[in-house]
Amino acid sequence: MALTTSSTQTMTVNGWAGRPRRSRRSTASAPYLFLVPAALLFIAMFVVPVGYSLVLSMRASTVSGGGIGVRTERFVWLDNYRAVLSDPEFFHGLLRMVIYTLIVVPIMLGLALLFALLLDAPAAAAKRFSRISIFLPYAVPGVIASLLWGFLYLPDVSPFNDLLGWLGLPEVDVLGRRLAFGAVSNIAIWGGTGFNMVVLFTSLRAVPDELYDAARIDGCSEVQLAWRIKIPLLTPALVMTAIFSMITTLQVFSEPQTLRPLAKTISSSWMPMMKVYRDGFINGNPYVASAGAVILALGTLVLSLGSLRLLQRRAFAEDR
Amino acid sequence: MRPTVVAKSAAVVAAVALLAACSGGGSSSGSATAAATGPVTLTFWSWVPGIDKVVATWNQAHPDIKVDVTKPAQGDELITKILTANKAGNPPDLMQAEYQALPTLLTNGAVADVTDYVSSQESAFSESSWNLVTFGDKRYGVPQDIGPMMLYYREDLFKQYGLKIPTTWDEFAADARTLRQKDPKRYLTTFSSGDPGWFSGLAAQAGGQWWSYDGSTWKVGIDDEATKKVADYWGGLVGEGAIDNKPMYTPEWNKKMNDGTLLAWPSAVWGPGVLAGIAADTKGKWAMTALPQWSSGEQKTGFWGGSSTAISAKSKHAAQAAQFAVWLNTDPGALQGLVVNGGIYPAAPAGQSVPALQSAPAIMPNQPDFYTRAKEISGTAVGFTWGPNVNVAYNTYKDAFAKAIQSKSSFSGALSTIQSATVDDMKSAGFKLSG
Repeated sequence: MALTTSSTQTMTVNGWAGRPRRSRRSTASAPYLFLVPAALLFIAMFVVPVGYSLVLSMRASTVSGGGIGVRTERFVWLDNYRAVLSDPEFFHGLLRMVIYTLIVVPIMLGLALLFALLLDAPAAAAKRFSRISIFLPYAVPGVIASLLWGFLYLPDVSPFNDLLGWLGLPEVDVLGRRLAFGAVSNIAIWGGTGFNMVVLFTSLRAVPDELYDAARIDGCSEVQLAWRIKIPLLTPALVMTAIFSMITTLQVFSEPQTLRPLAKTISSSWMPMMKVYRDGFINGNPYVASAGAVILALGTLVLSLGSLRLLQRRAFAEDR
Repeated sequence: MRPTVVAKSAAVVAAVALLAACSGGGSSSGSATAAATGPVTLTFWSWVPGIDKVVATWNQAHPDIKVDVTKPAQGDELITKILTANKAGNPPDLMQAEYQALPTLLTNGAVADVTDYVSSQESAFSESSWNLVTFGDKRYGVPQDIGPMMLYYREDLFKQYGLKIPTTWDEFAADARTLRQKDPKRYLTTFSSGDPGWFSGLAAQAGGQWWSYDGSTWKVGIDDEATKKVADYWGGLVGEGAIDNKPMYTPEWNKKMNDGTLLAWPSAVWGPGVLAGIAADTKGKWAMTALPQWSSGEQKTGFWGGSSTAISAKSKHAAQAAQFAVWLNTDPGALQGLVVNGGIYPAAPAGQSVPALQSAPAIMPNQPDFYTRAKEISGTAVGFTWGPNVNVAYNTYKDAFAKAIQSKSSFSGALSTIQSATVDDMKSAGFKLSG
């Protein structure tokens, strides 16, 4: 804060108030002075921790001297990366993460788009109520949502199984091997659809009504209107929500971690982030955990930038 | 002790013995030897419920050694916090350390050797309790509470189905099969892939030695013959469907314990506190007996849970801290306070017959001699040595046994997985291993 004030003061003194004639030179440095607070925060809160993680990821703590021994930290350079990359569990986790993303993102965005279009249709009733009730699950923290759903999933306390039994159908173990992906995905979809719907709905509202009027005069039905006009206009918003959803699902952690004590199917390295947590906070090895985190961060960065470029080229082709 | 267990049992014990607390807590004066270096303030991290009340009686009697107790976290989280604080150079002087976490703290240089400070207390604890804090002839903590294992069973349902109270594991298995035949909806018990501490206690009873340390090298024996025997026994029961295979401490398990789907629970002395929390409808229906034995005529049990009071290697007032740690865990008034407020079962034999432990637990009024039996059983507990990476072994246990149950593969195979994960981790950390 002190920096903010002092840089503004410098501005005032050197810039307008002090010597108006020499404003050209001072204003040239002004943008940089304005940047200082943000840059300092960025360095302190982002660059330094990332740098520290990089350093940690190349170190290890080992015991020397036999027996209880003495623990010392030293540089092992790329050994931790080698350990992570040669662990088959890490790749199984990655594969599970890809499957999970492929389930969650399309379903969640499909539902969000459907709800947004329905809410935007002139015939829709109780819009305000529907919008809020679809959005509400987003306000429930992931851990709480997972606990709630977990209790609903457990075969012996699940109301769904009571219902199935009542209908004379066999009980289902949702946390069993076949359905575990569905169980975890369901929580994410339940929680995320509302937020994406609001984003899509908001950008739909920004479309000028004249476009719709013109289409209707030309004999366009509501379904055609949605398909031919609304969805193409929504493409930029869809791209953005897709990228954000993908980044969120790539970091999936709290849902499976919370369900783990309830489900034998979910191991401590079920998802890559769970493995990072396990290495760092259960096995007490922050070094290997950092290496895993760096690999994941790089992967996410490459994937998001790659898909952004790819999608942008198609979505905004007309703009150029 | 298991934090969840402490919290749950605390409420119950506190309710029962509130009166006793008032008479017992304040009476202790302690034999304060004058501190050499004027007044000091010691920081203490613990999670025993109501420990602040016990500490307050100490502070009143010892103005020169003020103890400042806080509860920053529980169980494994507290260990992570202590290790971080130790690295940063500002650890607490005193800490609650579960027995299985002591070696981790020790190999990270976080706890002090207290052998000299406790040498006069030799007779205050049993050999098996001292064992839990001893590594290579040196002591690294003062035992606080222990969890000797025992068997809880539904007296009413055992009678209803004509089941014999098992004295051996063979009889236990026979009961499990009989029950399945008589009522396919019920199970005698469950095998929990979520509770490595439970399994290690059962392995210890059979003579399993998961770690041993001779002062210079470690030996890991998680897949030793005794533990394999235990694993294959439970694996057989799970495989033939004679017992349930769902983990403990889930809402589902709570329900099954309450509605009589599960008839028995090999647990520890703190079991009644848990039962009161999850199975309130079963009051007066549970009974406790010794754990079934591997050969008839034997009398052995293992530990599930328990913790010690350890002193930081970086504490500047280790002597005063040790004085407090000894008082906390041996003084009858302090122990009475810990039992009443924290629901612990003291490691010190003197504490096992404090006033608060004279009557039956609230959930089991049908067994007035509960704590007399518990004291007898705790005398049969065998010692166990923990290793420096119990966390790795425990976590692998959860993954490996869950997988073995899911894929119906052998339980001793899961043990080999734990053994190799533990050995690999110790090797890569640089420990010297033999065998």
